Amino acid sequence: MAYHRFDAVIVGAGGAGLMAAIQLAGKANIAVVSKLYPPRSHTGAAQGGISAALGNTEEDHWQWHMFDTVKGGDYLVDQDAAAVLSREAIDAVLELEHMGLPFNRTPEGRIDQRRFGGHTRNYGEGPVRRACFAADRTGHMIIQTLYQQGIKHNVNFFDEHHMLDILFTEDGQCCGVVTLEIKTGEIHTIHAKAVLIASGGFGRVFKITSNAMAGTGDGVALPYRRGVPLMDMEFYQFHPTGIYKLGILLSEAARGEGGILRNGNGEAFAERYAPTLKDLAPRDMVSRFIYQEVKEGRGVEGKDYVHLDLTHLSPEVIDAKLPDITDFARTYLGVEPKTELVPIQPTAHYAMGGLPTDVEGRVIRDPQSTVIPGFYSAGEAACVSVHGANRLGTNSLVDLVVFGRRAGRHMLQFISEATLPPLPRDPEFTARGELANLLERTNGENVADIRREMQAVMMDKVSVVRESQGLREARESISQLRQAYRHVAIDDHGTQFNTDLLEAHELGCMLDCAEAIVEGALAREESRGAHYRDDFQKRDDANWLAHTLIYKSSGGLRMEKKPVTITEFEPKERKY
Amino acid sequence: MEVTLRIKRYNPDSDVKPHFEEYAVNVEPTDRVLDALNEIKWHHDGTLTYRRSCAHGVCGSDAMRINGRNRLACKILMRELGKKITLEPLIGFKVIKDLVVDMDQFFASYKSVKPYLIAEDAPSAGERLQSPEDRERYDDTTKCILCAACTTACPITWTSEEFVGPAAIVNAHRFIFDSRDQGTADRLRILNTRSGVWRCRTIFNCTDACPRGIEVTRAIEQVKRALLYEQI
Repeated sequence: MAYHRFDAVIVGAGGAGLMAAIQLAGKANIAVVSKLYPPRSHTGAAQGGISAALGNTEEDHWQWHMFDTVKGGDYLVDQDAAAVLSREAIDAVLELEHMGLPFNRTPEGRIDQRRFGGHTRNYGEGPVRRACFAADRTGHMIIQTLYQQGIKHNVNFFDEHHMLDILFTEDGQCCGVVTLEIKTGEIHTIHAKAVLIASGGFGRVFKITSNAMAGTGDGVALPYRRGVPLMDMEFYQFHPTGIYKLGILLSEAARGEGGILRNGNGEAFAERYAPTLKDLAPRDMVSRFIYQEVKEGRGVEGKDYVHLDLTHLSPEVIDAKLPDITDFARTYLGVEPKTELVPIQPTAHYAMGGLPTDVEGRVIRDPQSTVIPGFYSAGEAACVSVHGANRLGTNSLVDLVVFGRRAGRHMLQFISEATLPPLPRDPEFTARGELANLLERTNGENVADIRREMQAVMMDKVSVVRESQGLREARESISQLRQAYRHVAIDDHGTQFNTDLLEAHELGCMLDCAEAIVEGALAREESRGAHYRDDFQKRDDANWLAHTLIYKSSGGLRMEKKPVTITEFEPKERKY
Repeated sequence: MEVTLRIKRYNPDSDVKPHFEEYAVNVEPTDRVLDALNEIKWHHDGTLTYRRSCAHGVCGSDAMRINGRNRLACKILMRELGKKITLEPLIGFKVIKDLVVDMDQFFASYKSVKPYLIAEDAPSAGERLQSPEDRERYDDTTKCILCAACTTACPITWTSEEFVGPAAIVNAHRFIFDSRDQGTADRLRILNTRSGVWRCRTIFNCTDACPRGIEVTRAIEQVKRALLYEQI
């Protein structure tokens, strides 16, 4: 065993984790843990842009951004948090530019901005250019820029360390994490005054997903096992334009630049559903439009996909502003987007839910927002909640930089005042036991089979459209798969770089996430944002204008409701 | 279609030296090499070890030698490769296990060129201005995903441990030609050495290997010219 002591440890080196780390670097003794190398984090796959009401190309105001965020989230957004997000986005984007991020530029040399789904001028009148971008690799530029800053500030990186457990004192204070050094197989205890979980999402619980294979929800599941609740897990976003069968994302920027969705008859169907914003309606709605078209037999060749049409865009716009996604279409589909239609279908993309936090990134434990001392979370792993029932495009990157930064700054203050809490007795006990179990069993269930079954069930019964019967079946299936998982056996019993072992550990985490998603989806008997129930098709503010908190305990699962913070905008019907 | 994958294996716990193993698998022509690796790992031999994450060519985890050329396993489809496919780890770095190599030296070289913006204090309000033309000058080298395909395709890297390598030069280029940056003299001094750009023999393997289509050799030449003629 190896023991390390730091002021703070950050788990996850994507946008949120690195943004927090940069606030702390040089001022505190910190460690950043990643199961990959930091620039491989999934922030790097984000494409289209990061919104901020800079007003560089047309009039814009952060209050408009805030309104769009609240409405886009179907009024489940905590409005105090949305105000922070929209207001601080401006300064955060400028800070990224100051760090060197190579944004596309206007002829005057300012940061260029483009349209994106659900972002409007003057409280819904029409689309606005708010998304700052660097071609269609904005996330890549963010992760590179933040990693560069991490190097500049001599951040202490624990590359290729896989988190196995999170540690709490007996009175509930967070005091560190346990990791597996992948290269050597050695277990490390990282003892700290504060822990930030910024480990991203868990799209890999679904069969068709845009998420990286690393998106397995480890950082969400491990605290959940230790009694920390998960919030709004039933809200999972399906992005309308994933590459058919593969789920690889084709950015909303394609539609922001003028791309149009067409059904099997060649009809531009979005305007039938959303007359004002058409193809730039929010993602949850466009995904449901596609579902409806397919269900009514207007998919392409009667199959479960439609087309993204970019053929009317000028080749110069495609080359300058959408080079990567057109390359994806060529590589994976053999389709030339300048002249051919691109087959697309909705793909599991983003978890609105996760570890509940306040606007300082502090994880809370109950509906009264009681803070867990020393425990922070930011980015997709967290639920502030700025995305409510459905996240707007570009707001994930805004969330990362704004709340990563806030969490980092608050941690700096916290660790200057806090003393190092004691570790629990034998801190590696649970992690070591779990690994030993997986390593010693030579005969049993296959990890890949359980994972494939889970992904199929979640896709069939817990995706764009849900209903009671299917959700009950999904709950039963996940429960059986959890039983099977207890008898899982792997091939690789070695110590060094044992990815067989890691995949087994990740599957356990994904099953926890899946269980919480299904539980929330069954409980919420209404339709709101990304959560659509065929048996409860209307939003029900009287009963469900509330967040869900799911707790895991030895007695099973328990749910509580947490009130939504409403400051400016009273809930209204959501039309575009 | 059925294909045979011939994979160079090395288990540090038990092997003295690497050996090849063959796997016959059924794949779709549109499957990625990564899909074939996953098929083997998930249903034939769980001990097979490789890095991967995004699975669509943007994270840089799964660079390896595919039929003798450095490629990302998630960006090459089976239909491009024929019936018998040879997979080996990248050349030039120590093999940790199977297709996984030690990246320490790669990241150390990257860090040695000061790969971050060096600039005076930012303006108190607003962004630094940069014309679209100035932005375009370093656009190509911002695409780098640090996968190491270029550096480990370079024969100079295979024989010389001190050569900083194409990827580090690409990342230096990204800042040298950025009008906002003021660290040019520093980076050029670092690269104006026998372990820097002058080790490059313009072999073009790096350009062939880059999965992001960066004109790596051209970027290196631009840095050489900047040194020779002070053209920046």
